[in-house]
Amino acid sequence: MSETTYTSDEMMTIAAARMVRNGAALFVGIGLPSAAANLALRTHAPDTILIYESGTIGAKPTVLPLSIGDGELSETADSVVSVPEMFAYWLQGGRIDLGFLGAAQIDRYANINTTVIGDYHKPKVRLPGAGGAPEIAASCKEVLITLRQNNRAFVDTLDFVTSAGFLTGGDSREQLRFPGKGPTAVITDLGILTPDPVTKELTLTSIHPGVEVEAVRKATGWPLKVADTLDVTAPPTAHELSVLRDLQERTARAHAGQA
Amino acid sequence: MASIVQLNEAVRDLVRDGDVVALEGFTHLIPFAAGHEIIRQQRRNLTLVRMTPDVIYDQLIGAGCASRLVFSWGGNPGVGSLHRLRDAVEKAWPAPLAIEEHAHAGMAAAYAAGASGLPFGLLRGYLGSDLPKVNPNVRFIECPFTGERLAAVPAVRPDVAVVHAQKADRRGNVLMWGLVGVQKEAVLAAKRSIVTVEEIVDDLGAPPNAVVLPTWVVNAVCHVPGGAFPSYAQGYYARNNAFYKQWDEVSRDRDSFTAWIDRHVKGTSDFAGFRRSIEEAAGHV
Repeated sequence: MSETTYTSDEMMTIAAARMVRNGAALFVGIGLPSAAANLALRTHAPDTILIYESGTIGAKPTVLPLSIGDGELSETADSVVSVPEMFAYWLQGGRIDLGFLGAAQIDRYANINTTVIGDYHKPKVRLPGAGGAPEIAASCKEVLITLRQNNRAFVDTLDFVTSAGFLTGGDSREQLRFPGKGPTAVITDLGILTPDPVTKELTLTSIHPGVEVEAVRKATGWPLKVADTLDVTAPPTAHELSVLRDLQERTARAHAGQA
Repeated sequence: MASIVQLNEAVRDLVRDGDVVALEGFTHLIPFAAGHEIIRQQRRNLTLVRMTPDVIYDQLIGAGCASRLVFSWGGNPGVGSLHRLRDAVEKAWPAPLAIEEHAHAGMAAAYAAGASGLPFGLLRGYLGSDLPKVNPNVRFIECPFTGERLAAVPAVRPDVAVVHAQKADRRGNVLMWGLVGVQKEAVLAAKRSIVTVEEIVDDLGAPPNAVVLPTWVVNAVCHVPGGAFPSYAQGYYARNNAFYKQWDEVSRDRDSFTAWIDRHVKGTSDFAGFRRSIEEAAGHV
């Protein structure tokens, strides 16, 4: 293994990108999920179909979009549809394999909050809100979540459930008859958490190289379950790093150049 | 038939204090020029409806035009918070702002229902979310055929819809392409509508299936080149991402926001004047 150095954010994005199956129809949130999805498209998963809620199906951007509806997404898409069509025919219609979400807060059952910190009616911090997330979380066949791990984000009790993961665990999601099976992995800057097959509680199943389990526990606002056999995430390859850095450099240049 | 008029006349005649107003455009074709004219004419007590209230709604809210907001995602895309929206919700400045909060799929269904003349929109949505606990306009019904529990949201029926498009012809037929969001639904759901366009041409040259709003469903068409700036108009100009980033700083505190709105929007007579004003300011930095 080479001695290449990388940041924890790069490890997170690369680990998240690896989760994308080539050829999947992928509903992408902006920010970390978009970076991971575009990296996947440029490495092991060139046939991935990137779908953004703005209406673009099969977008092939050359730089990371700043917004969910940048011009390049629609110019490079196989098809551009209206927003009602996107949510009705494509998402609720059950055509999306994988939803890729970020979050401000997450709990042990992978429910996420992107609405508010503090009380809804007297917010400490008002966040942007739901957007497409509740129905992405419900209707995609499978969901990946990526966010940085610390105990402000990984909380015992969410201030607000914007989008459902496994609700209160066990079979509580199945009882509500969600079309999709829910989150299959949470990828952070420290490791990868996956839901227990029975209780659905997020369990640390892979730790990134050089990270101590104790550090992951400290960054988690509930008593974290750790798998008996804990994997160590493969470090980024030189190729993954160079593709990601190249993408981010081009993105920074493109977004700075329009003053 | 749509009238082809100046934007200030359209806003004067069609937007009234207390109206429910939907300025739509999903990232693309956001009707900034029309939003500014609403600020200049000091409309008050509006219920603003929009899936993605972004910088234009931040400006309308900070300028005191709104008392209520119906939305599904409120942020500065790719940049962060809307500081004026947050200040209104968190600290009631410059006026209290009531919010009715949805998910995108709910708003999209509500617009489609409005355009269809139906009382409510139906979706497989809000499952397991806390949104129905804080929004009494999200309710659940049982499918009469399968028994499935589905979400229902009341139709959006704005008094006025405002959108921006690429072209109109001289009779007022409107053509738009690229990301078309919910603009067609918003116009058809509304009692009155204003469309600003990049250019007015003799012949739209629209291919079959292009989104054309026929002149008889539009009230006013206004020629405002660049009227979606700093968002974009595909085929005309790109999104000015730098403006969105700079807005974070301008809007962060009340004084710098007020100075900006007073100088560049209230202190100018139209959108061309606004563009000159911000270019001059940039030149002096």
